[in-house]
Amino acid sequence: MDKGELILLFQKFLSTEAILSEEEDLRPYECDGLSAYRTLPWIVVLPDNVYQVRSILRICYEHDIPVVARGAGTGLSGGALPLENGVLLGLAKFNRILEIDPSNRIARVQPGVRNLAISQAVADYGLYYAPDPSSQIACTIGGNVAENSGGVHCLKYGLTVHNILRLKLITMDGELVTIGGSGLDGPGYDLLALMTGSEGMLGVIIEVTVKLIPVPDYAQVLLAAFNCVEDAGKAVAAIIAEGHIPGGLEMMDNLAIRAAEDFIHVGYPIEAAAILLCEMDGTQIQVSDDIDQVRSLLLANGAYDVRAARNDRERQQMWAGRKAAFPAVGRIAPDYYCMDGTIPRKRLAEVLRGILTLSERYGLPVANVFHAGDGNLHPLILYDANKPDDLERAEKFGGEILELCVRVGGTITGEHGVGVEKINQMCVQFKSAELEQFHAVKTAFDEKRLLNPGKAVPTLRRCAEFGAMHVHRGELSHPELERF
Amino acid sequence: MSDISLELQEIVQKALELESPLRIVGGNTKAFYGRKSEGDILEVSGHRGIVNYEPTELVITVRGATPLAEIEAALAENNQMLGFEPPYFGSQSTLGGTMACGFSGPRRPFAGAIRDFVLGCKLLNGKAEILKFGGEVMKNVAGYDISRLMAGALGTLGVLLEISMKILPKPPTELTLAYEMDFERAVEAMTTWCRQPSPLSALCFDGHRVFARISGNEKTVTSAHARMGGETISANSDFWKSIRDQRHSFFECTANLWRLSMAPASPEPSLPGKWFLDWGGAQRWLITDAEPERIFRIAEETGGHGILYRSPDPATDRFQPLPDKLMQLHKNLKQAFDPAGILNPGRMHADL
Repeated sequence: MDKGELILLFQKFLSTEAILSEEEDLRPYECDGLSAYRTLPWIVVLPDNVYQVRSILRICYEHDIPVVARGAGTGLSGGALPLENGVLLGLAKFNRILEIDPSNRIARVQPGVRNLAISQAVADYGLYYAPDPSSQIACTIGGNVAENSGGVHCLKYGLTVHNILRLKLITMDGELVTIGGSGLDGPGYDLLALMTGSEGMLGVIIEVTVKLIPVPDYAQVLLAAFNCVEDAGKAVAAIIAEGHIPGGLEMMDNLAIRAAEDFIHVGYPIEAAAILLCEMDGTQIQVSDDIDQVRSLLLANGAYDVRAARNDRERQQMWAGRKAAFPAVGRIAPDYYCMDGTIPRKRLAEVLRGILTLSERYGLPVANVFHAGDGNLHPLILYDANKPDDLERAEKFGGEILELCVRVGGTITGEHGVGVEKINQMCVQFKSAELEQFHAVKTAFDEKRLLNPGKAVPTLRRCAEFGAMHVHRGELSHPELERF
Repeated sequence: MSDISLELQEIVQKALELESPLRIVGGNTKAFYGRKSEGDILEVSGHRGIVNYEPTELVITVRGATPLAEIEAALAENNQMLGFEPPYFGSQSTLGGTMACGFSGPRRPFAGAIRDFVLGCKLLNGKAEILKFGGEVMKNVAGYDISRLMAGALGTLGVLLEISMKILPKPPTELTLAYEMDFERAVEAMTTWCRQPSPLSALCFDGHRVFARISGNEKTVTSAHARMGGETISANSDFWKSIRDQRHSFFECTANLWRLSMAPASPEPSLPGKWFLDWGGAQRWLITDAEPERIFRIAEETGGHGILYRSPDPATDRFQPLPDKLMQLHKNLKQAFDPAGILNPGRMHADL
């Protein structure tokens, strides 16, 4: 179909300002948070009601036009990367909180509502929405559902999938479907789980009911400094073995510590090989006891210094360094590339050594921040996009880190999603029959395969091509496939 | 204690070739649940044993037909537990069966449901393929979340061969408090408590009294008791087990037992019968002879859903009817996992 004809169809129910088709208007939508990948969309539409979304999808369905949904565009895996022959469906205008029900501890919101705005809106009731991805000021709840976003409190409070109760979505053929329920579960299959983290491949989310929980009475944080990363890893295991579930348990390595300290001067020990931040929350009596026990465990496992925040301001400061780690690293190198592997915690020291070896081989430094409680590692590879082949080397380095994560029993993505970025590594993590099962699930929702095509799940053909380039110990991956 | 996945795969392969349906049976303690499914028995009970248990990783991986009792005994040695407090409908209840039914006990509203603890699974689909999804790590968003989709699917999408679960430390102390009140006040009290930060780990109402369980270290429990008042219940763990396993006197009946899932603060629905509220009001048991259509309609009006949990009549439909498009998606998914329709056909809905 011709672009002009499609615009005419959209104009029947969308205002002129809600349809973008000129290059200068399309430019802001060419990438999401993974800015190394850019594609100018064919057309951008910005609907503001459900009827318009249904109509857009119906037209695209009828004319076989692919559609990519987008929230705030903060995703880190290129999940909202547009298609040059597709419609980009911007949901930013769906930014209203529809209902707050403190008695049932829920909020019903539109997908374009920002993550942090939910907690702010319900703060007066003593409630909050637990998942707190680092982009929470800007990222939207619709995008959080699409990516199953996490944050620093996941070990205790869960990911997005644990904190939503109901979704309204529009299928590619324009039908409205409600899944989940007003209680703690819904009828039939657990489509709520299936939709969460499906990267916009199965349906377009137009309403989310989130679970709210009471703000804990009290929180206290400890900062522990270690001379070696192994000890910090052992301390994490010891804390968990003793039956503690910290509200937050974060690790940073020396390069990350120095970058953060240079940036915001919070008093981090810049000589330490690693620091751990361990926050306990709950009732004041419980937290005080827990903090004493955790302090002993940290010291017994090799921490040379353990400090407690003396007040809430100090606690915020200790966290500020961790939360600023990414921008801080951004100051010491022109560009960085953030990875997102998850590993069994006990393999941490081994994986960090592996990353160091790779860092030397590729000639690119790497800073490590780590959601230690969850085993979710964020190595930040430093590079300079202006140098020829630096980005390419950074990507290859990143790919090897992810493959290392899979080899030690982990996964290529803990919370950022596959998107376009890690699509090749999906071939490493899954066998052909498993990828085929994913494709069958996709077909169950979107038989024409028009929603966000080319993301999240690679074709077997792509894996065959990728496998030809990555032969480990002489074993060809997906050997059953023809090579092209 | 053995891995019989290849034998199971062979049986499914044969059934697939003959298009002959299979009924999956493990510990055979939940035959009362769901619709009747026809077919040859696929006996999975031999596929059992703990495959991997890492206390400091908070993860356990077991074969599908491993009895809950065996898992919980192993966890207890390290002061750990299955956080969703799984119901036992007999000593042979298995984790695979519990996951297939999507069952969770009294701790559910405060700790999470069985699906919340699922980290990964290995399954045998209706195409006789052995597939692995998720893993043994806390966070994993690679590919669709097929592991959690299996929770509550009643074996209609695949046979659960292996399950990896997040586990939790056991609270050092627990105490149960009781308060006399009527339905309306009970809902109000449970709502108020749930809105405050507190060490609650269970909350139910038996028609006359609200029972609140608090968990934590000794000082926390003592201080919560001082704040909340109430009468202390001795042998509190037996009390919660009787709710969890439906051995409490409320569940002694021969009429229909319904489970209604609804917003916890909802007022008493206008249905005749006897109520028991668990999960702070979000899971409501009803013993009634009211018509199923009426109950499904009222459940739907509240935004929730109903399940005819136990019934003397084996021929009745058990689950909330689904709207057309949602049912279509269910059928498409069934097709995606079990195109020949050989795994537990009809156990959930006639068309699945």
